[in-house]
Amino acid sequence: MIAFVIRRLAQGVIVMLVVGLIAFSLFNFVGDPVALMLPPEATQADRQAMRENLGLDKPFYVQFATFVGNAVQGNFGISLRLGRPVSALLVERLPATLELAFVAATLALVVGIPAGVYTGLKRNAWFSRVLLTVSLIGVSLPTFLIGIFLILIFAVWLGWLPSFGRGDTVMVGGWSTGFLTGSGLKALILPSITLGLFQLTLIMRLVRSEMLEVLRTDYIKFARARGLTNRAVNFGHALRNTLVPVITITGLQLGAIIAFAIITETVFQWPGMGLLFIQAVQFADIPVMAAYLCLIGFIFVVINLVVDVLYYFVDPRLRIDRAAAGGH
Amino acid sequence: MHAPTVLRAATLAVALAFATAVDAKTLRWSSQGDILTMDPHAQNEGLNNTVSDHIYEPLVTRGKDLKIEPCLAVSWKAVSPTAMQFKLRQGIKFHDGTPFTADDVVFSIERALAPTSNFSPYMQGITGARKVDDSTVEITTKGPNPVLLPQLTEVRMMSKAWATKHNVQRPQDYKNKEETYASRNANGTGPFVLKSREADVKTVLVLNSNWWGKMEGNVNEIFYQPIKQDGTRLAALLSGEVDFVLDPPPQDIPRLKKDAKIKVVEGNENRTIFFGFDQWRDELQYSSVKGKNPFKDQRVRQAFQLAIDVNALKTQVMRGLSTPTAVMFAPQVDGYDKALDTVVKPDRERAKKLLAEAGYPQGFEVTLDCPNNRYINDEKLCQATAAMLAQVNVKVRLNAMPRATYFAKIQKFDTSFYMLGWGVPTFDSLYSLQSLLRTVGQGGDGNFNLGKYSNPKVDAAVDALKTETDPARRKALTKEALAIHKADVGHIPLHHQVIPWAMRANVSVVHRADNRLTVKWVKIN
Repeated sequence: MIAFVIRRLAQGVIVMLVVGLIAFSLFNFVGDPVALMLPPEATQADRQAMRENLGLDKPFYVQFATFVGNAVQGNFGISLRLGRPVSALLVERLPATLELAFVAATLALVVGIPAGVYTGLKRNAWFSRVLLTVSLIGVSLPTFLIGIFLILIFAVWLGWLPSFGRGDTVMVGGWSTGFLTGSGLKALILPSITLGLFQLTLIMRLVRSEMLEVLRTDYIKFARARGLTNRAVNFGHALRNTLVPVITITGLQLGAIIAFAIITETVFQWPGMGLLFIQAVQFADIPVMAAYLCLIGFIFVVINLVVDVLYYFVDPRLRIDRAAAGGH
Repeated sequence: MHAPTVLRAATLAVALAFATAVDAKTLRWSSQGDILTMDPHAQNEGLNNTVSDHIYEPLVTRGKDLKIEPCLAVSWKAVSPTAMQFKLRQGIKFHDGTPFTADDVVFSIERALAPTSNFSPYMQGITGARKVDDSTVEITTKGPNPVLLPQLTEVRMMSKAWATKHNVQRPQDYKNKEETYASRNANGTGPFVLKSREADVKTVLVLNSNWWGKMEGNVNEIFYQPIKQDGTRLAALLSGEVDFVLDPPPQDIPRLKKDAKIKVVEGNENRTIFFGFDQWRDELQYSSVKGKNPFKDQRVRQAFQLAIDVNALKTQVMRGLSTPTAVMFAPQVDGYDKALDTVVKPDRERAKKLLAEAGYPQGFEVTLDCPNNRYINDEKLCQATAAMLAQVNVKVRLNAMPRATYFAKIQKFDTSFYMLGWGVPTFDSLYSLQSLLRTVGQGGDGNFNLGKYSNPKVDAAVDALKTETDPARRKALTKEALAIHKADVGHIPLHHQVIPWAMRANVSVVHRADNRLTVKWVKIN
C-alpha cells in the first residue's frame, strides 16, 4: 500500500513537471506581454528595459528553472495585468470556483443518481424517455450555449435570477462565501446548472446502464428467488453494486468540473479562477496562466491519487490481487 | 426581493437621508475588461484613464466639446519658450482632507516622469516642474512645446503627503514583485471617491460631497462591474442589472436600437483604421514577387487604393458603423482639413491599368497581416479587402492573429502589408504625423511607421510642426504633409471607427470621441 502510494506520488511529480514545461513553453508563443503593457508610443529602448525588468531576455531554460524553483514555493510571481502576486489572486478566486464546483457536483449526484435508477428500472415509462431525451441535450449542447439560454430565459425574459456575478458575499475567515446571502444563493443557481448539466446527464446514463447490467446478473435473480422485496433488491443489491464505477467517474469529473468551470465562469462573469485565466490569456499574462495550469494539473494528480486509494477500500479484490481488477 | 430593487430602495433611502440630493442615483456601468490599477501613473490604458479621471484630476482637462478647460489650474501663461506658469485653484482638498498645493503638483509631475511611469508619451518634452509660490507652478520643457496642454490633460495630481505616508512615491514597478498601496487605494481631488474595489468583480465610487466643481448630472454612486462575455453583458443591460455598457457588440446594435428600453448613442471615435505597405525592403518579404518590391512603386499603391471600396466596407462589413475617410486622423483632431478628406472612388479598370504599367499585368501575391481582436471587425475588413483586391488579380493571403502576437510581429517591421488603427489622445495632428508618416528615427519619429514610408518633404513639415506654436502655421504644415502623403498613397486610410454606447432609456450621457464616459455629466431619470 505505502509502496503503491509512493509510486503514484513519484509519477505525480513527473506529471507536474511535464505540465509545467508544456505550460511554460506554450507561453512563449502566446505573444509578447511587453507589447501590451507598454503604450504603442514606447521606444525600442523602453521595450528592452521592460523585457529585462521582467526577465524575458534570459534564455528559455533559465526562465524555466527559475519558474519551477519559485513554483515549488508557491511563488508564481506577479500578475502582469493586475500587478498583484499570482498566489494571492488564486487564493482570492479559489472559493468562488470551489463553491460553484461543489454545488454543480452535488446537483449532478443528487439528480443524476435517482434519475439513472429510475430510467434503469422503468425503461419504458414515458418519463424515462423524457429524461433520456433531455439528457441528450445535456451531452450534446456546448456549455456556453446552455448558459446563454438560461440567462435569456431566467434573467432577460423572466427577470427572476441575475445574469452575472456572484451576488453579495460574506467573508468567513479568509473564505468569501456566497452561501450565506440571498443574492449569493440566487446567483449560484444558473451557473451551477450550466456547469453540472453535463456531469448530471453523464452520471444518469452511467447509473442507468450499470443498473441494466447488474439487474441481469445471477445474484439479482437469486435475490428475487429468495423473495426479497423489490426495494431491497433494487437499492440494497443492485444500486450498491453500480456505485463503484460511479465513484470513480464522479471523482474524475470533479476535476473536470473545476477545470471546465472556465467556460461557465466566463459566461456568467463568475469571479473564479477560470475567469482569471481567460483574462490572463487575452492579456498574455504569463505568470497567471502558468500558475493556473499548474494548479489544475495538481488538482487532477491529487484526485487521481485519492481515487486510486479509494479503490483499495471500495473493492476488496484489489487488496488481494491487483491484476484481477483490471476491469476498472 | 429582487436585488436591483433592494439596491434602488437603498439608494432612495440614502437620497432621502440627504435631502440635498433628492434625485441622486446609482450608475451601474459595465464593459468588457476591468480597471487595471488605481495608480494614476501606472497604466496608460483607455478604461483606466477614464476611471482615474473621476478620482484624480489634472491641471487642465477637456470639456464636452473636447476643448481644453481649466481644472486644478485656473490660468496659465508662457513665461519663456520653454516654461509655462500655472496658477492653481485655491481651497481644493484631497479626499483625505489634506489641502492641494504647489508641492503636490511638483511631486505628481516628477512621479509621472519616473522611469516606472507608464505615462512617458504624455511627458515627452517635459523636463520638470518648479514651485514658484504656494499657488504657482512652473513647468519646463526641452524646447517650445505646442502640445503641452493636451499632454497635461492626462497627468493627474496626487497628494505628496499621502504618497509619502504609504510609500508610493513612484508608480508601480513590475520588477519589485509586490503590489503597491496606490494600486488598490486612491486619494485624489476628483468628484468621486473610491469606496471599495474587488478586481474583476466590482469597483464602487461615491460622490465627493466637497468637490469644487459643478455636478451637472445626478449620479452619486458608481458601480463598475466588468462583464467579459458580449452576450452576458448585453443580457445584464436588457434585464436592467446594469445601466450603461461602454462597448456593446457591434452586431447587436441594430437589435438594441429597436428596443424601447434601450438607448444607443453613437459618435465617431478618434481612431482611424488604415492599411500600410512595406516600402523599404528591396525584395518584398511575403510575396510571390522576387527580386523587387512592388510597393516601392507609387502606381501599385494607388492601384491597391483604387481597388478597395471603403464605402462598401462601411455598408457590408461595418453595418454602417464607420466614417470612411481619405486622411489619417479624425475630424476632432486639430489640423484636420475637410478639403483633403475626399474619399477615393474605386476604379477597378484604372487599378488594373496601373498594375500593368508598373509591370504586374497578371497581378501578384502578397500576405496581409491583420489583427483579429483589436479593432472593430478587423479580420472581416481584411477578408473583404482580400476579395476586392482579387478582382484586380492581386491574390491576398490573409494572416490574422490575436493582438498580443500581432503587435509583437509588426512592430519589428516584420510585415509586407498590414492593418493598423491609430487614436490621437492629444487631439493634435503631430501625434499621428510624427508616429505614422515621419521617416523612422529617434525620439518617437516614425515609431509606428511600420512600412517605413519616407518622403523628405513630409519629414520637413513634421519637424517644423514639432516646435511651431502658431495655430495657423500648424494647420498649413499639417495640410502640406497630408497632401504629399495622400499623393504618394503612403497608406490607405479606410475609416474612423464609430463607437456606439448602449444604456437604459432613462440614462443621458455626453458621447466623447475618445470613448470616455464622464459621469459628472450623466443624468438618470
